[in-house]
Amino acid sequence: MDNKKLVMSNSEKDLAPMLQRDYAEGFVTDIDSETLPPGLDEDVIRTISEKKNEPEWMLRWRLEAFQRWLKMTPPRWAHLHHPPVDFQGISYYSAPKQKDLLDSLDEVDPKLLETYEKLGIPIDEQKMLAGVKVAVDAVFDSVSVATTFKQTLLDAGVIFFPISEALQEYPELVKQYLGSVVPSSDNFYAALNSAVFSDGSFVYIPKGVRCPMELSTYFRINEMNTGQFERTLIVAEEDSYVSYLEGCTAPMRDENQLHAAVVELVAMKGAEIKYSTVQNWYPGDENGKGGIYNFVTKRGACRGQGAKISWTQVETGSAITWKYPSVLLEGDDTIGEFYSVALTNNYQQADTGTKMIHIGKNSRSTIISKGISAGKGQNAYRGLVKVLKGAENARNYSQCDSLLMGDQCGAHTFPYMEVKNPSAVVEHEATTSRIGEDQLFYCRQRGLSEEDAVSMIVNGFCKEVFKELPMEFAVEAQKLLGISLEGSVG
Amino acid sequence: MLSIKNLHADIDGKPILKGVNLEVGTGEVHAIMGPNGSGKSTLANVLAGRDDYEVTRGSVEYRGMDLLDMKPEIRAREGLFLAFQYPVEIPGVTNMYLLKAAINSVRKHRGIEELDAREFLKLIKEKAAMVEMKQEFLYRSVNQGFSGGEKKRNEILQMALLEPHLSVLDETDSGLDIDALKIVAEGVNLLRSEQRSMVLVTHYQRLLDYIVPDYVHVLAGGRIIRSGGKELALELEKKGYGWVEDQAAA
Ligand SMILES: Nc1ncnc2c1ncn2[C@@H]1O[C@H](COP(=O)(O)OP(=O)(O)OP(=O)(O)O)[C@@H](O)[C@H]1O
Ligand SMILES: [Mg+2]
Repeated sequence: MDNKKLVMSNSEKDLAPMLQRDYAEGFVTDIDSETLPPGLDEDVIRTISEKKNEPEWMLRWRLEAFQRWLKMTPPRWAHLHHPPVDFQGISYYSAPKQKDLLDSLDEVDPKLLETYEKLGIPIDEQKMLAGVKVAVDAVFDSVSVATTFKQTLLDAGVIFFPISEALQEYPELVKQYLGSVVPSSDNFYAALNSAVFSDGSFVYIPKGVRCPMELSTYFRINEMNTGQFERTLIVAEEDSYVSYLEGCTAPMRDENQLHAAVVELVAMKGAEIKYSTVQNWYPGDENGKGGIYNFVTKRGACRGQGAKISWTQVETGSAITWKYPSVLLEGDDTIGEFYSVALTNNYQQADTGTKMIHIGKNSRSTIISKGISAGKGQNAYRGLVKVLKGAENARNYSQCDSLLMGDQCGAHTFPYMEVKNPSAVVEHEATTSRIGEDQLFYCRQRGLSEEDAVSMIVNGFCKEVFKELPMEFAVEAQKLLGISLEGSVG
Repeated sequence: MLSIKNLHADIDGKPILKGVNLEVGTGEVHAIMGPNGSGKSTLANVLAGRDDYEVTRGSVEYRGMDLLDMKPEIRAREGLFLAFQYPVEIPGVTNMYLLKAAINSVRKHRGIEELDAREFLKLIKEKAAMVEMKQEFLYRSVNQGFSGGEKKRNEILQMALLEPHLSVLDETDSGLDIDALKIVAEGVNLLRSEQRSMVLVTHYQRLLDYIVPDYVHVLAGGRIIRSGGKELALELEKKGYGWVEDQAAA
């Protein structure tokens, strides 16, 4: 991967010195791992597939994706600037050395257990407090290292497996849905992911089942020079419900690292999927050195009447964020929602938003996007609302608010609308405001410290999104926002 | 309580305060009047510690401390309160939330136990009743969509809650209807005590009918050009500022 620093202008010297953000997750776990040498060709893909003992069709699928990818070029339309990624300089597989099949946590390398403990992620079922049960799939570099409550969930009919294991146990189910929402030809990064993805989570909720606990996956990049390419597939059968959370962290390094994920959601008639993300990849330092390049394709399909998919994301990390969690509103009376907070500080850049594709009658979508830019951060909202001919009475409401802190950052809004049905109502509102010296002084005059004041004002700005997050995550997100903005004023 | 000596302050290099002297004793109420643009709000903001203003000369002693050396939040926690001429809106942050954070930061600073949610709720309801503010305002975003008068009343609510040693009220009477004016004045009078001091910035004698000051000062051209008792306000009302300005110039 190209380690060049982002180009900087001379004017940055005038910038008031900013404090280094305290990135508590920036440690490295010293663990023996098996890492493929950098580079990508068919052999690498064969090796990955072999390591995972995949069925033949899976290998063929990967190789087809690879052939497509070779003919594609990275998208250039986003409001992002970074040196080109050297795809031959990355290792596409890295796994901590451990026994192949683990029957219990006792067999997990203690260093890994320690890592998750340090990150505050509960992978020990016994240690969890009663009442706040969350099932966790912990993905470390290219592999899943622990999945909790698998059996409890199976008893309820819910499959919550690392996707590599699901390919062994439920190959037909995976085959039926994999690539059905995001085909490998979708875009450059989706094609790459389809060729080389190594792990991720697979969730299947049978008809009429309300998943008895929150499901979550924690992605951790540890190895140097590796990319992470995970794949998540969630299928909710008729009248089922699931709430799924994902969290992401990585060590602090001077090199940029690539993360290119694909997430596919399928909601059948009357089903509801709530998908929440708290993305805290290493953002790079205050000079724009290092950080994760986060290129992600997330899409859900509301396949049956009355299905609902709701994306909530809090994006505070990554040097570069490129992601547009979208909903295909195929059935009648379907609902798509997108709630987003994206924060960019120092040299972070984000180009994020959503696509709501209205196909069914009376389909409804809501978009609430809150962009916060501080330092020299650049934040773009990019959204498409498309109403097809048959989508009688489709409704969309979009609201995009930007908050600027300081005068060296930027906020940009790119709303696109294509409405082919005259009965549709599409509304878009946008505001841009600057965090006021007035507001800060007002709060300080009431006795709040400057940091508390900033965090209170910013949290107020994000309130409509935070209230969509599950309780514990809302608290996490608020804290994270406070930490990410440390030193950005004054 | 407060001792201001030869205070000079600039904004963007432009001198606004040009040698203000003012002594406010404990338990006293002082009114400051003066023409638009004469520096009244500047004085109030300098006292509260706003950093757009640069103090170039002079000193301010507050309860034995060097006020100019303290951060705005420390001044607030030490009991200095400014009711703003133009209170700001903070979307998404409820009044309750700000008020609880405010009172607890003051209590923490003073080494008193912080209030829990229940204790705070009881207290704030009491105070809201005192300034006749409907409870729904507590759950609304700070000042957002409040009318001019409601914003001013909200300032008084905050003052009543925080029980400051020194309150500086910058034109809290402007924009209030007669009933609201009475309510605000009552709120202020309830807080008035031997231990507390107040500085009221106002353009109108009307307020001083309700809150009778011990002293009245005229601030013009960045200096206090005349001080007197409550009669001075009446005289100003009749004769305007030209009269004192001419006398000062003479
Ligand atoms: N941010 C600023 N930049 C430039 N000049 C300013 C700024 N703030 C205040 N001033 C100027 O300082 C002078 C004093 O303003 P100040 O607000 O203190 O007056 P005031 O006595 O409170 O007036 P009023 O009775 O209208 O409230 C005015 O001439 C004003 O234009
Ligand atoms: Mg004023």
